[in-house]
Amino acid sequence: MLTIYLLILLPLAGFLINGLLGTKLSKGLSGIIGSATILGSFIISCMYFFGLVGGAAPTEVKVFDWISFGNIHINFGILIDQLSALWLMVVTGIGFLIHIYSTGYMHDDEGFQRFFAYLNLFIFFMLLLVLGNNFVVMFIGWEGVGLCSYLLIGFWYKNQDYNNAAKKAFVMNRIGDLGFLIGMFILLYNFHTLDFNGLKAAVAGGADHHIIFWATLFLFIGATGKSAQIPLYTWLPDAMAGPTPVSALIHAATMVTAGIFMICRANFLFTLAPETLHIIAIVGAATALFAATIGVMQNDIKKVLAYSTVSQLGLMFMALGFGAYTSGAFHVVTHAFFKACLFLGSGSVIHAMGGEQDIRRMGGLRKWMPITFGTFLLASLAISGVPPLSGFFSKDEILAHAFEHNKVLWVVASVASLLTAYYMFRLVFLTFFGSFRGTHDQEHHLHESPMSITLPLVVLSVLAVVGGVIGLPPVTHMTHWLSHFLAPVIPAVTEGEGAEGTSMELMLMGIATVLAFAAIAWAYARFVGKRTLPAEDGQLTGLGSVVYNKYYVDELYNLAIVKPLLAASEWGYTVLDKIVVDGVVVWSGKLSLMTGKQLRQIQSGNIGFYLLAMVLGIVGIFIYVLTYLQ
Amino acid sequence: MLLLVILFLPLVAALAVYLSGNKLASKVALIASVAEFAISLVALQHVAHSNFEGLSYSHSWIANPNISFSLACDGLSLLLVLLSTFLVPVIILSSFGTELANARALYALILLMQFAMIGVFIATDGLLFYIFWELALIPIYFIALLWGQGKDKAFIQTATFKFFVYTLIGSLFMLVAFIFLYSKAGSLSLESLYALNLSQTEQIFVALGFFFAFAVKIPVFPFHTWQADTYTEAPTMGTMLLSGIMLKMGLYGLLRWLLPVAPQGVVTLTPYFIVLSVIGVVYGSILAIQQKNVKRLLAYSSFAHVGLIAAGIFSLTNEGLQGAVVQMLAHGVNVVGAFFAGEVILRRTGTLEISSLGGIRNIAPRFATAFIIIVLASVALPTTNAFIGEFLLLFGVFEYNTWLSIAAGLTIILGAVYMLKMYQYVMLGEKRATASAFPDLTASEFAVFAILIAAIFVCGVYPKPIMEIAQPALAEILKHTLG
Repeated sequence: MLTIYLLILLPLAGFLINGLLGTKLSKGLSGIIGSATILGSFIISCMYFFGLVGGAAPTEVKVFDWISFGNIHINFGILIDQLSALWLMVVTGIGFLIHIYSTGYMHDDEGFQRFFAYLNLFIFFMLLLVLGNNFVVMFIGWEGVGLCSYLLIGFWYKNQDYNNAAKKAFVMNRIGDLGFLIGMFILLYNFHTLDFNGLKAAVAGGADHHIIFWATLFLFIGATGKSAQIPLYTWLPDAMAGPTPVSALIHAATMVTAGIFMICRANFLFTLAPETLHIIAIVGAATALFAATIGVMQNDIKKVLAYSTVSQLGLMFMALGFGAYTSGAFHVVTHAFFKACLFLGSGSVIHAMGGEQDIRRMGGLRKWMPITFGTFLLASLAISGVPPLSGFFSKDEILAHAFEHNKVLWVVASVASLLTAYYMFRLVFLTFFGSFRGTHDQEHHLHESPMSITLPLVVLSVLAVVGGVIGLPPVTHMTHWLSHFLAPVIPAVTEGEGAEGTSMELMLMGIATVLAFAAIAWAYARFVGKRTLPAEDGQLTGLGSVVYNKYYVDELYNLAIVKPLLAASEWGYTVLDKIVVDGVVVWSGKLSLMTGKQLRQIQSGNIGFYLLAMVLGIVGIFIYVLTYLQ
Repeated sequence: MLLLVILFLPLVAALAVYLSGNKLASKVALIASVAEFAISLVALQHVAHSNFEGLSYSHSWIANPNISFSLACDGLSLLLVLLSTFLVPVIILSSFGTELANARALYALILLMQFAMIGVFIATDGLLFYIFWELALIPIYFIALLWGQGKDKAFIQTATFKFFVYTLIGSLFMLVAFIFLYSKAGSLSLESLYALNLSQTEQIFVALGFFFAFAVKIPVFPFHTWQADTYTEAPTMGTMLLSGIMLKMGLYGLLRWLLPVAPQGVVTLTPYFIVLSVIGVVYGSILAIQQKNVKRLLAYSSFAHVGLIAAGIFSLTNEGLQGAVVQMLAHGVNVVGAFFAGEVILRRTGTLEISSLGGIRNIAPRFATAFIIIVLASVALPTTNAFIGEFLLLFGVFEYNTWLSIAAGLTIILGAVYMLKMYQYVMLGEKRATASAFPDLTASEFAVFAILIAAIFVCGVYPKPIMEIAQPALAEILKHTLG
């Protein structure tokens, strides 16, 4: 019991200390408090995680009655089972590394203490999201991490562009959250509970298909907001306005996987709704491809990674759509390793470049930053699916499921993977190879980052390399540890992994590997061989320009939703409200109550007396009328 | 006896404040209102233990017509009494440090208004209710008119006049309904009205009469156009009293008088009532987005929020009613906090025009933190009080109709749009000229925010006691309404 409270409350304590004391704390102390609390949570997470690995039973604790009356009983309850333990490890483990990294990265920022306060608060809400034993507690965390995302994207609040990005993230998440709410309402109305175990029991004997379909569909809308899927993905690239550690932690490794976590958590519902799963698979695959194509044309180092994240999340959703929840979770874990590593690496680069993020102004950085380069390269190989790095295994598993279920989506996902390898190595080659293209001033300042930054990079790159061992494919004749571990929460798929047989499996792996290498070679030929540089802004034409401008989706949303809404607000106030509604009511009011004479007296300023007299008069008349009625 | 003390203490205090003179007025008022709050906590103790001794009073008043001076306080009444006894001292404290003309009259009027509002929440005789209802209007009218903030006095007169006329006309409908009820029942006591057996048509007319009166006060679309002007022009203390407590009189009226007295009328008309309420939610939210004045924006925001409360009540579900009670309290706290944030800005910059503000965050971090918490509470972020309320309200509406709840649920999106936009342009960005000298919160300002923020989180994290206290009363109301 106590350890559970500590696990959750340590980050909250870190938030309160850093938040309330603020600049009264020295930066050193603030960083230590911020990081130590997360380390504490990480250690406790390890205890639970390895306990569960060793076969311990899940822990469920009812902390207190939260909303309780009539037929509604919603507890504040905590559930630590295999699924939450897995996410705990990612959240607190990578969270801790990124806290360490931030002590170096944010060192010269005047908002240092505030930054750690927000980061701690984020971990607190993320823990609630992961540990809730019912949808409502999960929703607290869900919206709470959205708040922290808002606060951290707009961390440099003097810049209104950043503030716009922050607001956009919050609002788009809220659109999803309305879906989440409606999904909860459907479940609560029909099953009178929102506890995961209660719901599981309620649908165990079969449930009205219609209800489950709508409930899961609305929940999935919630997931598209938080996990940046079509049509609600546009906030994530803008969210790169936040400091880079935030992009790594919140907008790559943890928060944006919340949608996947939620669906894994409620897998017993989604499995009953094949239509929803079908929609999820299509949306996921479409997002994976769509975002990957945009990634190919971006020149901002963080924007490339952002679109890559959207695309990778799409792959995970596609896996969920095939009912392969474990594969989705597996890719969440490996993605957390290599994408956190990539973002932190990009931060290291940006740091060295004095804030420059445009890869057209970089080049040849491996000379100055060998550790950053090495780790970035390893993570890029991992995300590209080069064997035997972690991304290879997790992505291959998803592709195998795709091949089994839907050949079209398999092609889509394979193309997305091919593009991934291409844009990642485009990024690597343009950044670290060739000759430096920035200013002399920048060149003069190039340096490898300090230990606090490189150490997390090294740890993450090692994990990105070896992380695949938790999910070895059947062809290796080794246990798929993750699906074994998660089996109590996520029943094994009946078809079983690799039902297609060993030769087919090897063939699929072969295709994926060849594609990855081909893409890398293609990027090498273009950007190292021919030393091609991406076009300067405004020089693109045709399709290139459309893709570079992200298919003008933001502009479309602006035109179709934002502008009409603002116009409606403006018009509604100045015309509808002021003239029509007000006019009708005031006019009828004047007509019924006032004579011209009284109106003149009102203008004389003596109104108070008359009104008082009027009220007393009305009461008098009232009593008189009642008497008369006798 | 306890109930009589709770009712009359503010009246006595009003007199004492007036006699104490301008210098002492605010302090005497604060002490008296804190004492009132303490006494209401005693009543809370009683109700929490289902001990209603001393919480009802009845004395024959006028024999012919048969009118009695009867009061009672169940869980529902108690929570609203608590809301007023909690907020009035906070509102009084919020004025500390400002120079006010004729202060003794102002504070006396505030306490007089508290007296009337408490009367509304505990009266169990129709006429008594009506008298308190109208009585509450008089002090706020003078507060708005005489201490108004706008520079254009003629506009203040028009705004307050509109407010007065609006509510007065609304009340006339209620008056007619009461007269009709009296002719049928021979008394206006709640029990006799609950026991009354009216025909369907008669109930529809009674329901309409009550609805107009309450709808203006709440306000429900389209009876809201008095609100924005009044909220903007009134002194902030008046706006807080109006939005924090007084509009709950209308919502309370729905629960206590409309639903159980004309149940069949309500059931018949509820589709219209709930649709009007939800229109108000969406309409108010959209209009708030482009507002150029902080107080006016908050006025439309408040209009949207109370529309949702009304919708929850008209869902005629236990969840909707519970949500309404929780949200009445939550909205009271949050709206007072929001208007106070506006007041803090106005005191320092002399303006509430969003276009001339900006960058306050840079030099007043404590204020910025307090303000963002208020903003987040009003957009119903989980762990704040309003989340519990909105969750239950939307669920209540959902039980009534899915599509209506999706429409009403737009408030969680649009609310974020206008509140974050307002916060962004007022507080964030580069420092504007208006923020060149912006001292951070004073001690009393800090105290006001600290109290409100504590209430926000306590009710958001542990709302169960509120629901337990309200549940018996709400179950009773639902029993009368749905049979």
